[in-house]
Amino acid sequence: MRDLLITASRKEDTMRFRSAPAVTGIAAIALMATACGGGGADEGGGTAAEGTLVIWSDPERADAIQAAAEEFTEANGIEVEVQGLAFDDIQGDLLNAHQAGNAPDVFIGAHDWTGNLVRNGAVQPVELPQDRAAGVDETALEALSFDGQLFGVPYSQENIFLMRNSELVPEAPETFEELVEVGTRLKEDGETSEVLAMAVGQEGEPFRMNALFTSAGGYLFGQDDTGTWDPSDLGVGSDESIAAMEKIAEYGEQGEGVLRRSIDTENDAVLFYEQDAPFFVAGPWNIGDANESGVEYAISPIPGFEDGGPARPYIGYQAFFVTEGSANSALAQEFVTNYVTDPGFVLSLYEADPRTPVQSEALESVSADDPNIAAIAEAGADGMPMPSIPEMGETWEPLGQAQAQALAGEDVREAMEAAHNTIAEQIGE
Amino acid sequence: MASNTDSEGAPSPGAPARPPLPAGRFAGTGSLGGQLLKTALLGLFTALGVWAVLPLYVADNWWGIGLVVAVVGLVYWVYLSGRTVPAKYLLPGVLFLTAFQILPVLYTMSTSVTNLSDGHRGDKEQAIAAIEAFSVTRDPDSPEYTLTVATMGDPETGELAFLLTDAGDEAYVGTAEGLDTLSGAEVDPASGKVTDAFGYTVLTPAEVNARSADLQEFAVPTDSGAGIRSSGLSSAFEGSATRVYDEDCDCVTDTESGAVYHADDERGAFYNEEGERLAQGWQVGVGLDNFARFLLNPTFASSFFGILLWNVAFAASVTFLVFVVGLAVALTLHVPRLRGRALYRILVVLPYAMSSLAMYLLWRDMFNTDFGLFNRMLGLQVDWLGDAWSARAAVILANVWLGYPYMFLVATGALQAIPRELGQAAQIDGAGPWQAFRNVTLPLLMVAMTPILIATFAFNFNNFNAVWLISKGGPFSPDNPTAGATDLLITYTYRLAFNEATAQYGYAAALSVMIFVIVSVISVVSLSRSKALQEVDR
Repeated sequence: MRDLLITASRKEDTMRFRSAPAVTGIAAIALMATACGGGGADEGGGTAAEGTLVIWSDPERADAIQAAAEEFTEANGIEVEVQGLAFDDIQGDLLNAHQAGNAPDVFIGAHDWTGNLVRNGAVQPVELPQDRAAGVDETALEALSFDGQLFGVPYSQENIFLMRNSELVPEAPETFEELVEVGTRLKEDGETSEVLAMAVGQEGEPFRMNALFTSAGGYLFGQDDTGTWDPSDLGVGSDESIAAMEKIAEYGEQGEGVLRRSIDTENDAVLFYEQDAPFFVAGPWNIGDANESGVEYAISPIPGFEDGGPARPYIGYQAFFVTEGSANSALAQEFVTNYVTDPGFVLSLYEADPRTPVQSEALESVSADDPNIAAIAEAGADGMPMPSIPEMGETWEPLGQAQAQALAGEDVREAMEAAHNTIAEQIGE
Repeated sequence: MASNTDSEGAPSPGAPARPPLPAGRFAGTGSLGGQLLKTALLGLFTALGVWAVLPLYVADNWWGIGLVVAVVGLVYWVYLSGRTVPAKYLLPGVLFLTAFQILPVLYTMSTSVTNLSDGHRGDKEQAIAAIEAFSVTRDPDSPEYTLTVATMGDPETGELAFLLTDAGDEAYVGTAEGLDTLSGAEVDPASGKVTDAFGYTVLTPAEVNARSADLQEFAVPTDSGAGIRSSGLSSAFEGSATRVYDEDCDCVTDTESGAVYHADDERGAFYNEEGERLAQGWQVGVGLDNFARFLLNPTFASSFFGILLWNVAFAASVTFLVFVVGLAVALTLHVPRLRGRALYRILVVLPYAMSSLAMYLLWRDMFNTDFGLFNRMLGLQVDWLGDAWSARAAVILANVWLGYPYMFLVATGALQAIPRELGQAAQIDGAGPWQAFRNVTLPLLMVAMTPILIATFAFNFNNFNAVWLISKGGPFSPDNPTAGATDLLITYTYRLAFNEATAQYGYAAALSVMIFVIVSVISVVSLSRSKALQEVDR
């Protein structure tokens, strides 16, 4: 027993004796690791750190922005770091990062995010000098404004259009009725198996449907005299909108069978490329694949109904925003006001990712080289900017579902009124 | 997991009590290599602690620093003391459990009693700052200036001054006191920027940028009550804030329209008399409102309980079917006479080896009404994903196909562990194949399979991909476009929290808490039942 006690106390001694060098070692390694870690953090991440302007962009444009920003670095003595994120993730990630205090200084986004970004206080107002603003499409600037205040600098626009197989259909259809007639004849002759490849999908595609929806007289939100969207005037369940959807449903699954839920964004393009459909409601993002597919195609506006108004496809603008609370706000503001509006910068982005520029000088030089750009711009001439009020976000899913149900042959009034109530309830909160 | 330790690791009753562990033997006289390794690991851990403290220190977060110091201290105490041998094994697991399981659950719970959502993310000060800053507009007809930012004295600390030139090349200097003419300044004729002015230090772009925070606050007061503010490095405009917050009435006044918006601290936004709100709100506690909303509000309650019912049915039927199919295949391939068993087994396991994400998308396309494999091969015109019941069948079918190989693997393993003699003995006793299976093989199998079945159930209960990638929760009925026929609670939650519409984190968190409670209750009940099962077997 005594022996045991003695050994125990001796062990205590050895422990204490050994602890001292151990602690010294620990301290040394800790210091070294901290030093290395600190250095690494400066070089690597460093979001929102002073001295580096961090830009979020989708990976497709990241390299082009990085290259175009070199001039900016030279002129202003600040490093620019472009980080690539999937475009659809940028808004959500930015809001979370802004809340956590590690957001980038500048980011690329769609104009219809403006309302949501503003109500979360995540972006800074931008004041464009008049000479800079003069070079940019006025509608684009309006689309990026909220309560009369500009929040982002637009650089490109995109809209959907009608792509047709010009071998089968040499002339662009003037009306939707004509399109269906021509397509049906081709189908009956066995040339094709579909009349039109327009994505509807199980959940509906209100973005694509808007052209026909507006032509038939439907509307989402009312507008006041100055063109400001009025969220209290919701038009989804209005008689005009219901009549419009009823007209469109005539071409649905229980009618002509032209617009069907089985055609979705996964297979619509393939139907056109494989020459199974002579017409295709396409976007600028389809151009690359269309060129590769070998189909001879031509671009024209989406036709409206014979007795309806003009078909107004949504126009989406791509813009650069400055984050509220950015540590480099002076240079971030300088970047969006004086570089994003620069034709050279816009053209270098065009090289990487061909979208229709909204900067007039750049648009002219691009249109001269690329007939598609001019054709797409013409297809968007009647277009309407997607409403950028935050309430817009609430409409997509319910409206899409109602439209899908209408095309499936369900009661249109019931579907549209249900969607209207859901949207109204969400907005009301 | 827990059940595995229960069934395997528990000491059998009646075993002699373990002698107390001689702690000192492990602690004091470890090898030199062990000591060095321990030193290195503790050093790295300390570095991690320092790395975590630095940003907390910058942000003045003393609670966070206290927590980090406490955790580091705990780790030191446990690994340097000789008396804490069990804790040495437990601590890493406990720390990770706390960091990655308990804290997220607590955070979700704390979020579930707030109105955290788009428009209600930050606090009240941030909302007020945003409202005021966003209302600064350029006064129409006011002059536009070319700006050169300068300081009086030191570039880093000196007072800011705006050196301004207008369209007529007149030069001004703007300070916090007001606007004055500037004489004797050198102006670059091309850009209109001032390159040198007596008494002022012209800043380089990088120096201006370093003063970004000051610059955002800075406005040169003008006679009209507006202020000249910077926009980028080289332009300035005259503008004023049209919305002003007044602390006395806790309200925001719009000087243009005259509307007064009063703060509503229960809803977290400024409302005017007509009930219209300013877009920027803040986060407030709402108590149990989020829970009340889906338990008591008729529309939400019917969605919630309908989804809950389908969710249980989905998880139960998928679990049951994968078990039956997996076990049947395992039994078939367990027959010793069968030739080429290895080949069959590989074929059966194949679905398990493929990426489930890609497989779900493939299944979705196979269910397409016009172009899908099913309808084309069978000559059908079934609107698979458009009808509630066929969509449910489709989702279950795809999941059974993806899930049964795993059950097959587990069942095969468990079957190998059951001695064939038992089956033969039953046969000799006169039992038929079904009787032998039912009374001998199955009970023995269930010992190994029950925890797996519970895990499968819990997994499928929250099997987000299974539903989202095939049907997105649809089809939706016209009278309720928020809850679909195949929606699980988790896909419903996801749609509420992360869809294109307003993100409703508070409400989604409340749903998550409910899911957590439901899954926990089901797991605890079934695990305690499976313990009862083991007792019977013994």
